Amino acid sequence: MGEERKTRVLVAKPGLDGHDRGAKVIARAFRDAGFEVIYTGLRQTPEMIVSAAIQEDVDAIGLSCLSGAHMYLFPHVVKLLRERGVDDVLVFGGGTIPDDDIPKLKEAGITEVFTPGTPTSVAIDFVRNHVGRRKR
Amino acid sequence: MEIVERVRQGDVRAMARLMSLIENYSPDATLALKQLYPFTGQGLIVGITGPPGCGKSTLTDQLTQEFRRGGKTVGIVAVDPTSPFTGGAILADRIRMQQHSLDAGVFIRSMATRGHLGGLAKATYDVVNVLDAAGKEIILVETVGVGQDEVEVVKTAHLSIVVSVPGLGDDIQAIKAGVLEIADIFVVNKADREGANKTVTELQAMLALGPERSEGNPPIFETVAPQGQGIAELAQGILARQAHLDREGFRQTRQRERSRALFLELFQERVTRRLLEQAIANGSLEETIERIADRDLDPYSAVEELLGKAGL
Ligand SMILES: Nc1nc2c(ncn2[C@@H]2O[C@H](COP(=O)(O)OP(=O)(O)OP(=O)(O)O)[C@@H](O)[C@H]2O)c(=O)[nH]1
Ligand SMILES: [Mg+2]
Repeated sequence: MGEERKTRVLVAKPGLDGHDRGAKVIARAFRDAGFEVIYTGLRQTPEMIVSAAIQEDVDAIGLSCLSGAHMYLFPHVVKLLRERGVDDVLVFGGGTIPDDDIPKLKEAGITEVFTPGTPTSVAIDFVRNHVGRRKR
Repeated sequence: MEIVERVRQGDVRAMARLMSLIENYSPDATLALKQLYPFTGQGLIVGITGPPGCGKSTLTDQLTQEFRRGGKTVGIVAVDPTSPFTGGAILADRIRMQQHSLDAGVFIRSMATRGHLGGLAKATYDVVNVLDAAGKEIILVETVGVGQDEVEVVKTAHLSIVVSVPGLGDDIQAIKAGVLEIADIFVVNKADREGANKTVTELQAMLALGPERSEGNPPIFETVAPQGQGIAELAQGILARQAHLDREGFRQTRQRERSRALFLELFQERVTRRLLEQAIANGSLEETIERIADRDLDPYSAVEELLGKAGL
């Protein structure tokens, strides 16, 4: 009966900065686009994010960071995933990220980085196009 | 099957992947569940339900902490509603359970209600069976107590906790309609709020008016979940209630009822699915629906016709 396979996305807010408006906007946009969003709230360490992502078997992880610590936090999430043998989860990021940092983040395994002002539909299409390839 | 062995050893990735296969109705899930079934039946399954925002996740978090202190491993299934308009969902129960995310003795899985064919209860309990077969000793299942589906989920637990909060008169009315009978334990959470005593009194009055229960009336606990107040007593109460049910032979009856409910759901799901697949494959489904819409055929005869074609 071709039950449609739902795409699951973990939206996480690593780091210590205290508001999660951006992350919530992303979470709602993904829900409205038909995704199942696991939302874990504020002040997540990369370890916590990776552990949740594995238990929830998500297809993608969206990281939102405004604190400026993205150069540490984002690559660390990817590194921990790889250490646990996970290489089929898409990691993307957003927040206040200087253009210069983006190539370095991509090199570290962050597939795409969305800067403020990017419509949420762009991120949604991006995830749609990328998770199709994931093994079932 | 490799995945079965790994689940039995408590391998987190294998458990998580199998849960996804279950949710996606993969035939591989059925294969694995067949082999895991003999290893289930060990964990204590506790359903937690109540109105939106009453503190179910916070209670689940605190109970988990308490059971972990007692050296028990814990599995959690947290169910949140799927949006009927978009098919999407925000699963946010984990927010309150973050303290356990690095504890290898705790496995948390969020589930959306979707429109699970064969019922939410069955999908949930397939996931519970994975936790059970992986050796989780206490399995907490959180569902929002709004619809019949959710009530079914709680009904199939070994023990059901119904949570209410002070100051919602209508809430007590809602409990009356159906949930009262299934509760093994009542929790009045947010007891720091005005009116907690009144809520307890109302519950007691309702229980007194309700049908006589052979296993005895359910106890009522007052909690302030974020402060951990009343949690140790509640955890104790859960184990005591279970021991009481065991002693009086109620566990066996429950197991039977549980097996019956879940088997019937599975049966319905499989039969419906097969017949529908057939009808879709040979094109008769759309044609039949068309004729029903045109009043060319009545739905009752149509069903009989479909069943007849399948030799039933
Ligand atoms: N004052 C007070 N607030 C509480 C208590 N328990 C929970 N809360 C708060 O109530 C809100 C909802 O708590 P949750 O644990 O998420 O409630 P829930 O029933 O899981 O909510 P849903 O899953 O959305 O239905 C949170 O802000 C909690 O901090 C309590 O005992 N007293
Ligand atoms: Mg909750």
